[in-house]
Amino acid sequence: MAPQQQFHVLAVDDSIIDRKLIERLLKTSSYQVTVVDSGSKALEFLGLNEDEQMDQDVSSVLPSDHEQDLEVNLIITDYWMPGMTGYELLRKIKQSKSLKDIPVVIMSSENVPSRINRCLKEGAEEFFLKPVQMSDVNKLKPHLLRGRAMEDEPIINKIEATLEVI
Amino acid sequence: MERNQTRRQIAGMRQSLFDQGLVDEQFVQLEELQDDANPNFVEEVATLYYRDSSRLIQNLDQALEKSPLDFNKLDNYMHQLKGSSSSIGAKKVKAECTHFKEYCRTANREGCMRSFQQLKKEYALLKKKLEAYFQMARQAGPSNATCRPK
Repeated sequence: MAPQQQFHVLAVDDSIIDRKLIERLLKTSSYQVTVVDSGSKALEFLGLNEDEQMDQDVSSVLPSDHEQDLEVNLIITDYWMPGMTGYELLRKIKQSKSLKDIPVVIMSSENVPSRINRCLKEGAEEFFLKPVQMSDVNKLKPHLLRGRAMEDEPIINKIEATLEVI
Repeated sequence: MERNQTRRQIAGMRQSLFDQGLVDEQFVQLEELQDDANPNFVEEVATLYYRDSSRLIQNLDQALEKSPLDFNKLDNYMHQLKGSSSSIGAKKVKAECTHFKEYCRTANREGCMRSFQQLKKEYALLKKKLEAYFQMARQAGPSNATCRPK
């Protein structure tokens, strides 16, 4: 079996300290990490303009200024950011055909149940209270593995179909 | 022999950060992210914290000179300072941020002024202690962060 590629996580936070912290936490977990400081930069990296939605059917997005295929396997974003909030970023991702299956996790320094519920309802997988710790980052693995399993699904279905015939 | 003395000194300085309530459990979390490949992680975070905090404190100073006070703006700045203080484990500074935010919520100008003075004191003390601690730790050499058998 071919060796699995490292998971690539895109982290979004306007705080320079929190960016350093989340990057370190993710790298400790052996994830490939890209960190940006705003929602609009995140969308730019993901190849999505703020005002338009991509109609492509591909599950991976190729950012124009990167040489290799930098598929993003998970997005972790701060909730409160100037400009575009993490919630708004979440919505745009879930509304995008090409990006909607990427798991999104929200981080926030405030424990506001209505906020948490709203994010989860909009499709966020997890909601982490800041400061984010290793124990939180450990919760990302199942979402990443599930995403990879979904990518492999068409192949698995084919195998299963073949096995049924035998 | 001297090395052991330095190590004890460093350990003592570290312990007093906790004993004096200057830092909390989050500081330990940062220490645990340090390893051979990232031996200065905590100090690097602290350096970013000083830079970011001094910017925010300057903004707060300026905003507090205005009349009338824009409590929304003040709360906004303090929210950022509270966030980064929390991320580095700056216990007392974070607590003072919370007080300040409460005074903003009740539009209490006097309270804000008092709280901000106290916050600046706490921040200055923390910075001084952290800088001294990291300087000492650096002098002891890179093996201070992780136990490496010679």
